[in-house]
Amino acid sequence: MTESFREFLHMGGYAFYVWSAYALTAAVLAANAIVPRMRERQLLRALAAEPPR
Amino acid sequence: MAILDRFHKYGSPPQFYATAKTLAPWFGWIGALLFAAGLAGGLALAPPDYQQGEAFRIIYVHVPAAWMSLFVYVTMAGAGVVGLVWKMKVADAVARASAPLGAAFTFLALATGSLWGRPMWGAWWVWGDARLLSELVLFFLYAGYMAVQAAVEDRRAAARAGAVVAIVGLVNIPIIHYSVEWWTTLHQGPSVTRFDAPAIHWSMLAPLLVMTLAYMCYFAAVMLVRSRVELLELERRSAWAREVAGR
Amino acid sequence: MNAAGIFSAVLKRDLRLGLRHRSALVNPLIFYFLTIFLFGLATAPGTAALPGIAAAIAWLTVLFASTLSLHGMFEPDLEDGSLEQLLLAPVPLVLVVAAKIVAHWLIGGLPLVVAASVGAQLLDLPRAATGTLAATLLLGTPVLSLVGAVLSALTVGLRGGGLLLAVLILPLCVPVLLFSVGAVVDATAGLPVAGALYMLAALLVLAATIMPPAAAASLRIRML
Repeated sequence: MTESFREFLHMGGYAFYVWSAYALTAAVLAANAIVPRMRERQLLRALAAEPPR
Repeated sequence: MAILDRFHKYGSPPQFYATAKTLAPWFGWIGALLFAAGLAGGLALAPPDYQQGEAFRIIYVHVPAAWMSLFVYVTMAGAGVVGLVWKMKVADAVARASAPLGAAFTFLALATGSLWGRPMWGAWWVWGDARLLSELVLFFLYAGYMAVQAAVEDRRAAARAGAVVAIVGLVNIPIIHYSVEWWTTLHQGPSVTRFDAPAIHWSMLAPLLVMTLAYMCYFAAVMLVRSRVELLELERRSAWAREVAGR
Repeated sequence: MNAAGIFSAVLKRDLRLGLRHRSALVNPLIFYFLTIFLFGLATAPGTAALPGIAAAIAWLTVLFASTLSLHGMFEPDLEDGSLEQLLLAPVPLVLVVAAKIVAHWLIGGLPLVVAASVGAQLLDLPRAATGTLAATLLLGTPVLSLVGAVLSALTVGLRGGGLLLAVLILPLCVPVLLFSVGAVVDATAGLPVAGALYMLAALLVLAATIMPPAAAASLRIRML
């Protein structure tokens, strides 16, 4: 069980390339998903805090 | 006409904001499921390629990213046209929101392409692969679009200028791709370095399609969120924005 | 005033204004030869590489020089207020823009065609390929002026507009660049160049058809 998992991680010797590609993808996609939501919360808070017209 | 009524209804910023808020999570969760399925298929179920071994698995993050980079540019230009012709603020917001996402996909296509190329050709970058070169030009097109939008201070004027840039870019993309293809094939040096698509078997293709759908759902979800933010920023002073914030 | 009259009036005006100072014609040429000189200088003497990349250097320098002069297509008119007048005047804006493009090419493009053909010789371009290089320049530089017009109109009056213009136009110049350099490489190898030249001609026709109206529309977008 662990043997095949280790092989899976090893990726036939290409581990660095394959996992870097997937990690980079995950990082970029995650960042792009999180940043706008934070910005939206920030904006809404700023708008709510403004004095009413 | 019912369709035009719908068009104008969703063209109103507060309506779009509400719809986007409802739809985004759906796309998000469906996308997450598709990602899980695609990764399972691509990383585990698909057999290793007889030529490239396990390295070919990079295809599952490289190809969808490349397809999306192009798809998003078309979306961006299309939204730009709609905003330009029908003067729809929502379309302008969608166009502006899509650009960073498209640039991110392009960056990923290039980076994963590089990571794929290194074990295959021994070099991080080659000047002989038409698709990578075209992808790089696309990245510069995105950069230029975002630069123009940032340079014009009035949001509406920025959207219009951006739309023209996007349209000119869109028309040029096939021409650029053809010229790069022509250049790299007819003037190739002795060493041929191109992405040779592995012989596609169904077990290899299926995860690719699933991953592409996953990326599409991801784009839909994040684009909707970003468009909401753009609309809020555009309409800061409006009543509906305050209402949304106060709630 | 009929169409031809309007066109020639704007053309004459732009040529007169552009050539008022001799430096407008001479400086780009000096810049061009200076750049060629630097390329030749910085390439270690005796390097076998130079003939192979002479065409690329010659063309790229044309690209950069042309891009530098593009900002002057509408910017001076914006500054002295005549751009607004041209937009408000009861003349077809497309004609005005077309005339300006021709003026820009005559002052900023055509001289470069000659300069680059000479410059390439200095970079050891094989004699056989010079005619082809000149042909590609003759077909390609108008395309630069045409595409440049649209982007120039879009960036007129913006802070950092010149650099923004360069960032926008250079990716779009890839086809012209590749077909031109490809043709010269083929000519050097003794291969037929008709195909590449036809492609350049096709790009010129395409640009000449869509760019002037697009530039006029861009001016309206920025100015009105």
